[in-house]
Amino acid sequence: MTALGIFSSANLNGGQKLAMKYFAVSLALFGAQILFGLLAGLQFLMPDFLFGVVDFSVNRTLHVNALVIWLLYGFMGGVYFILEDEAKHPIVGLGLGNLIFWVLTSAVVIVILVYLLVQVGPGEMSSIWLINEGREYIEAPRWADIGITISMLVFFFNVFATFSKGRYTGIGGVLVLDLLALAGLYVFGMFYTPNISMDQFWWWWVIHLWVEATWEVLVGCIMAYMLIDTMGVRRKIVETWLYIEVALMFGSGILGLGHHYFWIGTPEYWFTIGGFFSALEPIPLVAMVVHAIFDAGVHKMKNKNHPALGWTIAQAAGNFFGAGVFGFMHTLPQINLYTHGTQWTASHGHLAFFGAYSTAVIGFFYLAAQKARGNVWMSGNLPGNGWKWKWAMALLWIGMIGMTMALLIAGYEQSQIERAIEGSTWMGYFAAQEHPWFIQAMVWRQLSGYGFLLGYILLVWDLLTIGKGETRPAQVVETGTH
Amino acid sequence: MSQTAWWASESLWRKSAIWVTGVSFILLIYLTFDTLPYIKAGGINVPGFSVINKRIDYQYNEVKHRYLPVIGQDEPLFGKMLTEVEAEALVSKGKLTTQAKNCMACHTLLGNGAYFAPDLTKSWIDPAWGSKETREADMVAFLMDPTDKLHNSIGRRMPNLGITLDEAKATVAFLKWMSAINTNGFPHNFKSLDQSDAPAAAAPVTAPAAAVVAPVSQ
Ligand code: HEM
Ligand code: HEM
Ligand SMILES: [Fe+2]
Repeated sequence: MTALGIFSSANLNGGQKLAMKYFAVSLALFGAQILFGLLAGLQFLMPDFLFGVVDFSVNRTLHVNALVIWLLYGFMGGVYFILEDEAKHPIVGLGLGNLIFWVLTSAVVIVILVYLLVQVGPGEMSSIWLINEGREYIEAPRWADIGITISMLVFFFNVFATFSKGRYTGIGGVLVLDLLALAGLYVFGMFYTPNISMDQFWWWWVIHLWVEATWEVLVGCIMAYMLIDTMGVRRKIVETWLYIEVALMFGSGILGLGHHYFWIGTPEYWFTIGGFFSALEPIPLVAMVVHAIFDAGVHKMKNKNHPALGWTIAQAAGNFFGAGVFGFMHTLPQINLYTHGTQWTASHGHLAFFGAYSTAVIGFFYLAAQKARGNVWMSGNLPGNGWKWKWAMALLWIGMIGMTMALLIAGYEQSQIERAIEGSTWMGYFAAQEHPWFIQAMVWRQLSGYGFLLGYILLVWDLLTIGKGETRPAQVVETGTH
Repeated sequence: MSQTAWWASESLWRKSAIWVTGVSFILLIYLTFDTLPYIKAGGINVPGFSVINKRIDYQYNEVKHRYLPVIGQDEPLFGKMLTEVEAEALVSKGKLTTQAKNCMACHTLLGNGAYFAPDLTKSWIDPAWGSKETREADMVAFLMDPTDKLHNSIGRRMPNLGITLDEAKATVAFLKWMSAINTNGFPHNFKSLDQSDAPAAAAPVTAPAAAVVAPVSQ
């Protein structure tokens, strides 16, 4: 170990070194996501801006794909980061893991360049294989799908083999099974059919069963480790909670898939099944809030990484509001008939992804920053009272809440004017888009987006500098009796 | 602190997690098998591809209290009757075009996608096309060169995506086919293009009222 306060990979174990690479790409793609989001947002206000050069569709595709990839990179980094410590064994197949990082990252770069420079192809299978699959979130062409699947299998092998050679904890067991499901689900998004109903039926298996089931549990696992590591919460407590969350999350989320089967040609009984089970989905999210607050309270907020704990609590709250409250708001078919595919959906999508997942990954960035500097002090009394991390967090949240609220207002306006009054025709659509209330909402979304960007810049600055020159070792947290 | 209460026991919750997940998953598999016959082409809710040979409308159903597609008399697309196989090939070409051009990154299809441009679920019967006589040609022309054809006052335009004539026709076929899917009443309250046989907009006052009620099937 090198001296405290110096950023050095000598401070990290093998898995953590690999994790740092994933985190670096993740943080950069987060920036790319924001950039393309701002461009797309601006095109709502200035339709001629970059028209015919980098169209809305291109910006949006890059925006949502960068999102999915930076979160996946963040999760993979998180898992590699905790793996050796959790399994008490060096990573099995680390060389392969490193190789795959470079393969995957090259693929991501090529896919981004093709989106940006080639953009569209002829209406033939070759376009699906080489350019763009044209299916939201999983637009990546088929060759990349295959590459991603292979990479996921290698990643899975690292995790599985390391736990098997070392020790299986509760967290480890849940993680292995969850990753298997997560990787397996991706395959359902990898076929072509002319039938749009069939297409969307299976597309939702990937999207919904990722974000409302397997990703939730994955984050549950890495956040469980976070609580043990930064606060010293007793493992038995954390793992019992993890099982409760898995039971509630899968128990509601798997059949909650039905809330996407209201309007795509699927039978009517999905109204009942989808409405009922998805309405239960907020319950595990409440449980997680209770859990985080309870642990933080029991440990009197005493912990060794304040920014990470801050983002952990933000994760619990953000997950609850973004997914639980904003998801519940439009999940019953009686409401969804009018909100389906309006800015309501975008409002929920933003708060949920940020609240549930970005927060968790950012928390891990801070944990990594601490360890990379030799496990330095990151509790209270940071230089400048920790203003950078606090302001980064405040700006990101203010920006996100501003965007979410603006989009919600736009969504209300659309469901009234476009849907209820005008009856969802093209004219109805534009009647709503032209309305001053809609335009004002788009202005506020854009302004909030700039605030969000400031928060991001501050976050990057803070991550690169926090703990620099710090001479105090991390606060000792004794493993609690609670 | 004495013993853990039974309801806080780790192993109870581990078992619950396994059982709940397993049962939910099995139910999902069962429901999936039950749903597939509804959503396969030619299934209960999703028509066969040769439906593009017919007139397709969307009307309020008094019994169901929701809007449902109404499949009418023969009305072949581009004046040509197709077999199921030919129709599938054409619709498939159109679907591929929508994917290769990434239509869903601006529009929604069946309500899913992006919110920068109108939903395409019922675009085939959208009143914006004006009249059913010119619709096919207008749609093809629009898809091939949309940049100067605005539908709004805010200047939002569709870019030129390099769609060829064949691709445009196939895309229209795909859109026509999609408009015949039973979507349980989404979108609600949609007033479709007048497709009655009476000349539409400039209909003479003497047009027989009976013609408005098109025969439901042949
Ligand atoms: C962290 C968890 C969640 C994330 C990241 C998330 C994200 C999203 C996103 C991005 C969409 C839009 C998909 C599209 O582009 O078409 C969506 C749709 C939807 N979500 Fe969630 N969601 C989460 C949890 C929930 C929960 C718990 C509920 C219900 C209680 C819910 C209800 C819905 C509904 C009903 C839709 C469909 C909206 C429509 O009809 O247009 N979501 N979600
Ligand atoms: C500067 C910040 C951002 C801006 C200006 C922005 C802007 C946009 C725009 C314009 C769209 C397209 C919506 C449409 O089709 O009408 C979009 C979609 C989306 N954005 Fe963002 N975004 C930002 C940040 C974020 C963040 C931080 C997240 C998540 C962590 C996020 C997640 C999403 C998702 C999931 C969608 C798809 C929503 C759906 O299909 O329902 N965005 N964003
Ligand atoms: Fe969902």
